[in-house]
Amino acid sequence: MNLKPETLSKIDEVITHYPTKRSAMLPLLHLIQEDIGYLPEDTSEWIAAKLDLQPINVLEVITFYPMFRQKPIGRRHVKVCRTLSCALLGGYKTCAAFEKEFHTHLGEVSPDGEVTVDFVECLASCGTAPVVMIDDELHEKVDVAKAKQLSDQIRAEAKQR
Amino acid sequence: MIAPAKPDLVTVNIDGKEIAVPKGTNVIEAARLVNVDVPHYCYHPKLSIVGNCRMCLIEMGMPAVDPSTKAAIMDPATGKQKINWIPRPQIGCGTNVSPGLHVKTLSPMVKDAREGVMEFLLINHPLDCPICDQAGECKLQEQATGYGRGYSRFIEQKNVKPKRTQLGPRVTLDDERCILCSRCIRFSKEIVKDDVLGFVDRGSYSTLTCYPGKKLENNYSLNTVDICPVGALTSSDFRFKMRVWFLKQTNAIDTESSVGANTVVWSREGVIYRITPRRNDDVNDTWLADSARVLFKAVKASDRLTAIKINGTDGALDVAVNAAAELFKSNSAPGAIAVVGSGRSSVEEQFLTRKLADALKASTQLVSRVGQGDQLLISADRNPNVRGALVTGLITALPFGELTGLGAQIDAGKVKVIVAINEDLAAAGLTSAQLTKVSVVYLGSHFNASSAAAKVVLPTLSPFEKSGTFVNQQFRIQKFFKAVPGPVGATDDLMVLAKLVTAAAGLTLPAEINALWKVIAAEVPALGTMAFANLPETGLLLDATPFAALPFAEGETLHYKPAQPAVAAATA
Amino acid sequence: MPAPAQRRIIFQHIDEPGYTNDIGCYVRNGGYEVLKKAVGRKPEELIDEVKKSGLRGRGGAGFPCGVKWGLVDRKSGKPIYLIVNADESEPGTFKDRYIMHQDPHQLIEGTMISCFANNVKQAYIYIRGEMPHGARILEKAIAEARAANFVGPNILGTGYSCEIFVHRGAGAYICGEETGLIESLEGKRANPRIKPPYFPAVLGLYQCPTIVNNVETLCHVKYIAEHGGEAYSKIGTPGNTGTRIFCVSGHVQRPGYYEFPAGTITMGQLLNEVCGGPLPGRTFKAVIPGGSSAKILRFGERFKGKRKVGAEMLDYDWGVEDVPMDFDSLGMIGTMGGSGGVIVMDDTVNMVEALANINAFYSHESCGQCTPCREGSLWMKKISSRMVHGLARPEDAALLKSVADQIPGRTICAFGEACSWPTQSFIAKFGDEFKQYSETKKTAKPEGAHELV
Ligand SMILES: Cc1cc2nc3c(=O)[nH]c(=O)nc-3n(C[C@H](O)[C@H](O)[C@H](O)COP(=O)(O)O)c2cc1C
Ligand code: SF4
Ligand code: SF4
Ligand code: FES
Ligand code: FES
Repeated sequence: MNLKPETLSKIDEVITHYPTKRSAMLPLLHLIQEDIGYLPEDTSEWIAAKLDLQPINVLEVITFYPMFRQKPIGRRHVKVCRTLSCALLGGYKTCAAFEKEFHTHLGEVSPDGEVTVDFVECLASCGTAPVVMIDDELHEKVDVAKAKQLSDQIRAEAKQR
Repeated sequence: MIAPAKPDLVTVNIDGKEIAVPKGTNVIEAARLVNVDVPHYCYHPKLSIVGNCRMCLIEMGMPAVDPSTKAAIMDPATGKQKINWIPRPQIGCGTNVSPGLHVKTLSPMVKDAREGVMEFLLINHPLDCPICDQAGECKLQEQATGYGRGYSRFIEQKNVKPKRTQLGPRVTLDDERCILCSRCIRFSKEIVKDDVLGFVDRGSYSTLTCYPGKKLENNYSLNTVDICPVGALTSSDFRFKMRVWFLKQTNAIDTESSVGANTVVWSREGVIYRITPRRNDDVNDTWLADSARVLFKAVKASDRLTAIKINGTDGALDVAVNAAAELFKSNSAPGAIAVVGSGRSSVEEQFLTRKLADALKASTQLVSRVGQGDQLLISADRNPNVRGALVTGLITALPFGELTGLGAQIDAGKVKVIVAINEDLAAAGLTSAQLTKVSVVYLGSHFNASSAAAKVVLPTLSPFEKSGTFVNQQFRIQKFFKAVPGPVGATDDLMVLAKLVTAAAGLTLPAEINALWKVIAAEVPALGTMAFANLPETGLLLDATPFAALPFAEGETLHYKPAQPAVAAATA
Repeated sequence: MPAPAQRRIIFQHIDEPGYTNDIGCYVRNGGYEVLKKAVGRKPEELIDEVKKSGLRGRGGAGFPCGVKWGLVDRKSGKPIYLIVNADESEPGTFKDRYIMHQDPHQLIEGTMISCFANNVKQAYIYIRGEMPHGARILEKAIAEARAANFVGPNILGTGYSCEIFVHRGAGAYICGEETGLIESLEGKRANPRIKPPYFPAVLGLYQCPTIVNNVETLCHVKYIAEHGGEAYSKIGTPGNTGTRIFCVSGHVQRPGYYEFPAGTITMGQLLNEVCGGPLPGRTFKAVIPGGSSAKILRFGERFKGKRKVGAEMLDYDWGVEDVPMDFDSLGMIGTMGGSGGVIVMDDTVNMVEALANINAFYSHESCGQCTPCREGSLWMKKISSRMVHGLARPEDAALLKSVADQIPGRTICAFGEACSWPTQSFIAKFGDEFKQYSETKKTAKPEGAHELV
């Protein structure tokens, strides 16, 4: 596993937050995923060695929590809320708009490698439905028009890279 | 008058039956004591309690008391104390008894709850019972007849999961049959400390998995098959071979080491199909090593001895015994004959061996078999019955190392005849040169260098073909029984030994085990009050104090702690 | 009757122009004064204030906070932990988010007061994974508070030390259930524990006594420490003290969060006046009053019975609009106040489709440990989505109800109730719509109706 030095030092720091090392499981998974973009196959063994566990203990956790992914995704992660309050105000249409904009399907990397569009469950922002998270940013009241606008923005940012 | 319950007992009422049970007992176990079966899947008496299957739901209540005065509230209708029933069912596995606890296991609420759970367990189950080799032993199938709806209301697509995954060399997994009870995971983690199994994914898609790249290959892997309540985990070896309901069960003892794990041997028409653990809470709980389960393969091995030989030619038993008697007679000087007995022989065989040695004024020794213990059910002493030899007086010191002392006596020309019982002298350290200098009378079940070199060969039985007792590391005497008949040409060890004793001493001893025990009881003080027929199936502890000073080889195992070395005890 | 005025004690500074989430702004507004006074008092006094206040937990169950603290095993000799439940995941609930993002120091002050009162030396804030900014804001705020000696060793020179760490979840709703949360914080799958024996107050985090409180609950504690339990108990109504924050979403003109003295506002006042009523040209059809697991109410149904008002028993006869929005009144009519998430559906909504949406949520979020919830939640989802996307049969209504009836009361955790109450109540209130769905699904959807599943 090839982790950045700052990730490694964050890992060592966060382990000190807990009386038992195992508690650092989710923090470590987050840090590795933030560094590499996903959790490569050797993650379980690496963390197991770090926290004095068995690899299965890590794999069980990775597969339980939907935010952890074992495969790379597009450069941007578009997470559309699927749950009731958002759906009542057009969340499914918003999601379809993103899929169409990037010629992709749920859970897949778009052909240009730019995004992965996913449905997620309630993001605790139901009062401004429909909501969408793009990477770490929450976008509120994302109707189809706003979805197009956000897609344009993603593409514009991609061009600048 | 009913005697007051002992302080560590609590009285509970299960389906109207009162019973006093030890504190800390859960409702499933308490119910068992009054012959009430509370169906359960995830609960296992030797594993942690997780309460996930919800099959053991029961209705529960406590005697009503006035909250302020704590006085009992009486029910005018019955004249008894009123019971406050909890309106929701509770899990029997996770509910420990408390004084006055009332339990209903057959109420409409319980029945409804069980039916619900059964239906849920079956909707994603393949229902391939006709081709499942758990059939007959499947707890799901068993309950489905009692609580299943009998028709399926489930018209949706069943979940698809991996079929026939090889988890390790001996265990096969069918995930579609798995009911996610986690017994196998807890066993691996808690008992064997080999954490390789786990659930991946979530909800109804949760799937039992062995960590990719690892295998369930520890020497206890087959216990997961035993405890899997359904046919999800099966033995790769036993798969589809024989329906269990055809098989005969015989109680036996694992002969791999001095732990003496209790077993059941499953056979049909003289053929053994499998060996499974038999519960003994003081010895092996409900577990058994994988290696113990294949020992029966030696029964049908091609190197079995089936022909009595006298100087290389076939002969009858009496002819062979006479030939041995001739050898004994012409070497009657004290010490000219040596008896090499075995820690693998039964107590009864060892007793007769001692009788033989006494008659021949022979020296006696045992062959040492010390290896690594696994801290669970295989101890460092790989002989199952060294302590039997101590108790019967066959030996007074523990066997140690190879038979070099005996070798030296052969080289010195002192020892001329060796009676070897179930032990290969070559493997035990005698050189082939030494073997040529002595006349060997060999009693044993399998071919080896000693049987090849022997003047007289007397084929005997494997442990599966005879009955007897072993004394394990705890000095627990435990019985085992004949599961299958021996091969033609082999004779019961007791018969051969008794005949040899008669030939050597003119003394007639019974070869039938119950009759022999009368003699043993009369002569061996430690066994004085016992009879073979009366020994409990889980064994009986003998007094170990006469042997406390001996340096036994065993380290700690499941229910055994070696006596503290004196120094450590003094400093502690 | 016109709606009462909002009374913002927790959301006082939320959306206030110029109010920032740094410690300077918080202190300028009187922040940490309550903590300074609290650490000079006896911890038992603070617990007593909370008991007197009648504060009920805001995480969903409405359990009295003082009673919860009273159950903590203080004789075990083991450390006592406090966990802030910031997992906010019950669909329809969005209040803790704003506290943490806009006024994090209020939470930290409330947490420190609660820790001091309970002799807690280590607290964790378990924040849901989907709030990365919230986590960063809290971490920064804790660092600021530590620098100012409000958190960490020897707080304000009293000799009392206490640490707070932020712990991020990773997208699993069941981490909101307190024992699932504890398992998750221990680095495991968030499988809730069996109770008995694992009551957090006795055998919680690392098998030590543990207090789990919701974000909002701890902010109320700060208010109580400041104004006294007596004064707090006078806000709201007896048994439902303090303020309640309602998170209104779905088909109203002005969705959002509104804070009122508990029990002083009715559903009708909240939806029609505060939230501006239905969208133009629509009428209200149904409302879920306390997060998506709460049982649904159908506009037009009536609730009759007797209730205790002061010392008297009075008859009530309410429509949905008349129901006071407090724990007890909502409980009386067969639903619950829960987390305060009010989800409103108007006449464009087809109830089969709405239920299919909810069932998809719960089947996705079941931890999968216990049989009834694991299998039942997915079965209900499969039935309801088949009805929408495939064959719908009149008998599916009865089947759905019967499946749902086999779950609650038989599971390890209250998720069993959460996942079955929607189905039970949708069928009870809108059974005809389910029976007729095979026909109605062939007809055109009302204008403005959205795809729900
Ligand atoms: C399925 C389920 C989900 C829950 N989710 C949350 C949640 O997201 N946030 C929360 O504060 N409490 C949640 N709870 C309630 C917690 O278990 C616990 O009761 C609460 O955190 C206690 O805090 P309080 O007493 O301050 O309300 C949930 C309970 C269940 C059964
Ligand atoms: S494989 Fe068997 S023992 Fe293991 S979890 Fe599944 S049903 Fe239980
Ligand atoms: S009720 Fe559901 S969420 Fe709770 S423990 Fe059981 S399966 Fe898990
Ligand atoms: S339903 Fe979408 S944020 Fe809650
Ligand atoms: S046996 Fe599974 S819940 Fe009790």
